[in-house]
Amino acid sequence: MSQLFSKANRQVFATPLGLNHPVLVQVLGICSALAVTAKLEPAIVMGLSVTIITSFSNVAISLLRKTIPMRIRIIVQLVVVAALVTIVSLVLKAFAYDVSVQLSVYIGLIITNCILMGRLEAFAMMNGPWESFLDGIGNGIGYAYILVIIGGVRELFGAGTLLDHQIIPTSLYDAGYVNNGMMTMPAMAMILLGCVIWAQRALTKDEQK
Amino acid sequence: MEHTLSLFVRSIFVDNMIFASFLGMCSYLAVSKNVKTSLGLGIAVTFVLLVTVPVDYLLQTKVLAKDGIFGQDLTYLSFILFIAVIAGIVQLVEMVVERFSPSLYGALGIFLPLIAVNCAIMGASLFMQQRINMDPATSSQAIGGLGDAFVYALSSGIGWILAIVGLAAIREKMAYTDVPRPLRGLGITFITVGLMAMAFMCFSGLSL
Repeated sequence: MSQLFSKANRQVFATPLGLNHPVLVQVLGICSALAVTAKLEPAIVMGLSVTIITSFSNVAISLLRKTIPMRIRIIVQLVVVAALVTIVSLVLKAFAYDVSVQLSVYIGLIITNCILMGRLEAFAMMNGPWESFLDGIGNGIGYAYILVIIGGVRELFGAGTLLDHQIIPTSLYDAGYVNNGMMTMPAMAMILLGCVIWAQRALTKDEQK
Repeated sequence: MEHTLSLFVRSIFVDNMIFASFLGMCSYLAVSKNVKTSLGLGIAVTFVLLVTVPVDYLLQTKVLAKDGIFGQDLTYLSFILFIAVIAGIVQLVEMVVERFSPSLYGALGIFLPLIAVNCAIMGASLFMQQRINMDPATSSQAIGGLGDAFVYALSSGIGWILAIVGLAAIREKMAYTDVPRPLRGLGITFITVGLMAMAFMCFSGLSL
């Protein structure tokens, strides 16, 4: 058991959350990060789905890695991911229909999410199943928390709610406060992500190019 | 005809791939450092779209749909089938580009094979799949036939080229400006894209 949570393995889990963050540092998986964050709920569901799919596809590819011929590895990886995404999409349709309608094509687009392909190519092809699983979870959570931050800010300022509960009190509206409709527009998502990256780089004092 | 024209204009400006649905952001951000390369990538993406969307349309309506050749609803296979078609066609495009334009091949580098996992391509196919069921009489987004699928692919591609070339031109100029250190590179690019998206929002009322 202690071997399962050795220092090296904890590192595998922790680096994607900070130093090697998939969205902020490696700029992977931006498309869906922006498109589903107009509200908090779809952002959380999307983050969870991606975490599940990254970890399990990492495990599957890691188990298969010695049998996959190098030349056709991309297609094999895509098919494994596509199968997992189909499962997740059907599960969502069955148990959370409203959210799956809101997410529309973006669930299908997890297949082409660069985080997945990036992790499969860079990690799962050379590491064992357990490390790959941790790496997948770490990257998924790293991705999910950005989604939650942006989704939370956009819903709070765009509609005054969080998870559809009214947060901003009516007295504030009476005093002249107005929801910022701009926040629900796609344009604001990009500007917000730009600011998150700005904050993260300013805090970590990363050496800049 | 009117519907086709409306779909064409709408897909370029209103439903722009980048600014309205964030498709293909990864390569959009990574390859938009100079105008020439970005134009090359834009054309490659448009070409792949032009082949994959109609092929996927035929697969969807003739094979996967309930009244297709198997006589049962197979749409749950659409993700796997679409991505296989895309990966195959990208391989083909790669060979064609390598044969006829080695300089473009060198400039695009890793991003050519990565078109296979470019969300713009997959996204266009998935949006097409959604829009088949819409009624062309009421919605200018509906895709009623193979011709519409073709027009949709072409105009989405043009919209994508427009967006990436515009950003590349801005970034070329931005190299000479004094941006705060932590904001340099990615951060300022995102904010620029956001401002461009705001400019494109003024097309949203456009209808023909």
